[in-house]
Amino acid sequence: MTNNKENINSAEVKKELLKQYPPKVARKRDKQIVLIKSKNEKTEEIQANVRTIPGIITQRGCCYAGCKGVVLGPTRDIVNLTHGPIGCGFYSWLTRRNQTMPDGPDDENYMTYCFSTDMQEEEIIFGGEKKLKKAIEEIHELLNPKAIGIFSTCPVGLIGDDVHAVAREMSEKTGINIFGFSCEGYKGVSQSSGHHIANNQLFKHIVGLDDTVKGSSKYRINLLGEYNIGGDAFELDRIFKALDIDLVSTFSGNSSYDQFANSHTADLNLVMCHRSINYLADMMKIKFGIPWFKINFIGAEATAKSLRKIGKYFGDADFRKKIEDFIKKEMEEVEKVRVEMEAKCRGRLAMIFVGGSRAHHYQELFKELGMETVGAGYEFAHRDDYEGRRVLPNIQADADSRNIEELTIEKDPGRYNPRITDEKMKMLESEGLTFSEYEGMMQEMTNGSWAIDDISQYETEKMIELYKPAVFCAGIKEKYIVQKMGIPMKQLHSYDYGGPYAGFNGAINFYREIDRMINTEIWKHIEAPWKKRPELHAKYVFAS
Amino acid sequence: MIIDMESRKNNIKEGLDNIVTINACKLCTPLGACIAFKGIQGCMTILHGSQGCATYIRRYLISHYREPIDIASSSFDENAAIFGGGANLVKSISNVRRQYNPEVLAIATSCLSETIGDDIEMIVKGIESEEKIPIIPVSTASYRGTHREGFYAALLASVKSLAEKKDESSHINIISGMLSPEDIRYLKAIAGEFSDFVLLPDYSETLDSGSWGEYEKIAEGGTAIEDIRSMGSAAGTIELGGSCGLVSTAGKYLEEKFEVPLKNISLPVGLRGSDLLINSLSKLSGKEIPESIKKERLRLLDAYADAHKYLFGVKAIVYGEEDLAVALSSFLSELGISIVLCASGSNTGSFKEEVEKSIIDFDESVTHIAEGVDFEKIDEIAAELEAEIVIGNSKGYKLASKFGIPLIRTGFPIHDRFGGQRIQHVGYKGAMMLLDNIVNAVLETQQKNSSVIYNYM
Ligand code: SF4
Ligand code: SF4
Repeated sequence: MTNNKENINSAEVKKELLKQYPPKVARKRDKQIVLIKSKNEKTEEIQANVRTIPGIITQRGCCYAGCKGVVLGPTRDIVNLTHGPIGCGFYSWLTRRNQTMPDGPDDENYMTYCFSTDMQEEEIIFGGEKKLKKAIEEIHELLNPKAIGIFSTCPVGLIGDDVHAVAREMSEKTGINIFGFSCEGYKGVSQSSGHHIANNQLFKHIVGLDDTVKGSSKYRINLLGEYNIGGDAFELDRIFKALDIDLVSTFSGNSSYDQFANSHTADLNLVMCHRSINYLADMMKIKFGIPWFKINFIGAEATAKSLRKIGKYFGDADFRKKIEDFIKKEMEEVEKVRVEMEAKCRGRLAMIFVGGSRAHHYQELFKELGMETVGAGYEFAHRDDYEGRRVLPNIQADADSRNIEELTIEKDPGRYNPRITDEKMKMLESEGLTFSEYEGMMQEMTNGSWAIDDISQYETEKMIELYKPAVFCAGIKEKYIVQKMGIPMKQLHSYDYGGPYAGFNGAINFYREIDRMINTEIWKHIEAPWKKRPELHAKYVFAS
Repeated sequence: MIIDMESRKNNIKEGLDNIVTINACKLCTPLGACIAFKGIQGCMTILHGSQGCATYIRRYLISHYREPIDIASSSFDENAAIFGGGANLVKSISNVRRQYNPEVLAIATSCLSETIGDDIEMIVKGIESEEKIPIIPVSTASYRGTHREGFYAALLASVKSLAEKKDESSHINIISGMLSPEDIRYLKAIAGEFSDFVLLPDYSETLDSGSWGEYEKIAEGGTAIEDIRSMGSAAGTIELGGSCGLVSTAGKYLEEKFEVPLKNISLPVGLRGSDLLINSLSKLSGKEIPESIKKERLRLLDAYADAHKYLFGVKAIVYGEEDLAVALSSFLSELGISIVLCASGSNTGSFKEEVEKSIIDFDESVTHIAEGVDFEKIDEIAAELEAEIVIGNSKGYKLASKFGIPLIRTGFPIHDRFGGQRIQHVGYKGAMMLLDNIVNAVLETQQKNSSVIYNYM
């Protein structure tokens, strides 16, 4: 049974979580575990984006995973070539359940392929550039793609292969747009550094290559930080089409190279996952003058709110009316299901420890079900994702973040075009539409809940033991631990086997699924009928 | 879109072929080591390198076994990557010990620590006495070998670190290959019919356990350390698989160092493979073969006779780790199935010979053997072969779907079907289960492709 949050002494919670760590580890973790206070008290700052302690089991991946797996993973017509031994490429081979829909049956789709230089000892000793060049030549002959991305894995950084020089040389030779990513796994503290590197290279090498303004709609947008897990993008597409909004490009769910090349012709950037893509949004603002704001299409209310923001930005009354009518129509079906499911879920507790934006976004869906998120945290986010971008000036760069290149961007002399005037922007801001801003996750959490950064396996178990939430959301690595403890677990990286959860139809899917998960009979049978029940308690054995 | 590599291949210039690996048919070395170490009681594994490898490997294992799997990492940062990760390793050992209280620690290297040249044996020697628990170091660079080599290397390292010669004992060692938890359960039951035994690695519980109710830091089960110690005094060892290209194995080590007689057999898949296992057990233990096992064998033979008419001449593609591919080929050829292609992603040099030996009436004009290939290459070779079934792990799905033929899932990884950890490959019973699946897949295809609605076949 779910524990009641009010019955739990929060001071004790923290003590419990830190108790078994050696003093140094405890001091560090202490700063990454923050109790949310009421609005008139000051919540402490959270420490985030710091290195995981060796030997503490984390759910974090590496820089390469963030770059090749997350940001470039969903691209279908760029050949993503892993430069390294076989494992890194193999493990990132379509494991995120991204979906893509090429325009026609003959259009390129390399997403189901996994290309690797499969380095052998010889290359580790004598260098891998030669093999890399040959691999590119072969890809050129075999597939002649529009573009090839080269992704460096850990050993490549060490043996000193210059993937950028190879990319330049081979670009000239083949006429293909080829670019390298120095995303060796040891860079930065998590996949987050890889996002940044991916953003930089996409911006440098593809964005802005094609100036043609396509389509006929007045409302031309890019969607940034949406990765089309479980078909989310298809639901969003449906919504945009219904509203006559032209989606110029998505970074990078269901995307194509041509869309990236053309993305600077859009008039608005919508940022979904702030963590993974804010760099691109900022750079496009500076260079091309495209404003951005944060939206969230997870949750029916959040979707409606985001659509209204778009309406406000483009401004005309007809468009705004169209949006309102559409929301009204969609919400009828949503409400029917929501009310029914809320009756069965209300008052239960949820926990979400995942990603760099989902732990925030999915709280919306639980709210709609009348459920409270009593613990949430990101795997690889930074302080601004927790506390909002206003803390940006106060974040100090450490050794790990300093080694990720910051591009210096200037106004494009010919193509810079501020889409709206300063006055208009000020006016919109005064009406509550804030640009280039993200409020962060903690802002929306309730008094007495916990924000925990890079939660460890041990803390996960403790949190579950203390709060006995009705559902725990994380990734596949945590899935079976949580289920072994008798708690339903929802994967929010790959959505288990379900989805979409975005937009209105996605919300309906999610309500139904959560109801099914938390109200299933299975958990009641864990106890065999012939066994007397000792109090269910996790036991932790530690050497002192 | 399915890229038609075949037609594009024509454009390829001489000497360019197969530089880039497209859709690999192998996984990386430490993954295999991690599976093997899950078979030791109270063992925690630390991957020495950046945390990404540990995370990726955990995720991959978990999606196959559907069990919690913890693998720690020494989490290199850029400095460790340049100057070596000894300090990180020591720190991670102490943190893992505090959190998990393991009985034994296993440390496997990744490509990064290997490239730097960290000498983990040295580092471990330096701290083992202080840590007061056994530590098993194993070198598992992925630019050398595949997950299969990692698996066997981990077993070798385990006996090297732990096995001793004590008083002679009558028990038998069984050293298993990369099999499923269900296989291990079966092997244990069969071996128990003959003699006391130690089976390494026993992940039958740790990688396929029941509902716990209470959380366990390290899943229960596994070969006990004392038992591994005693392997040096056993009456004999039966080692399954590992015959392709491995310089040393756990079984060989026990034989050379402690004079424990070794019987190396291939993975006991199919009739002959199982016969060999049962015979070896009977011989080593000096015990008669129990009636129940004899009956199981006869039941399998009966099924072979029944299945023959459906399977004779059916053309099959088999791929996977060498050991499994060899064993499956042996089994399929017993059924009269014609193996048109037997492939493996690793490159040991002796695969061809082993496959030739395993197939009854081997005919090189019928069977192609390909070693060190990726799925793109398998696809290319398969183009002309008119195969009717594909047998291997989930990664061959694309191949099977391209030709519109069924894929019988075996081995690792299986992440597009349920129950991969419970597939039984070995013994008479395993053969029976595989046989049922294969016949039914063939029948289903016939049924589907027929214009008549047969429901009696
Ligand atoms: S670096 Fe080596 S060990 Fe790590 S995932 Fe890649 S291939 Fe495997
Ligand atoms: S070797 Fe490096 S890049 Fe590859 S998976 Fe491991 S940490 Fe990531």
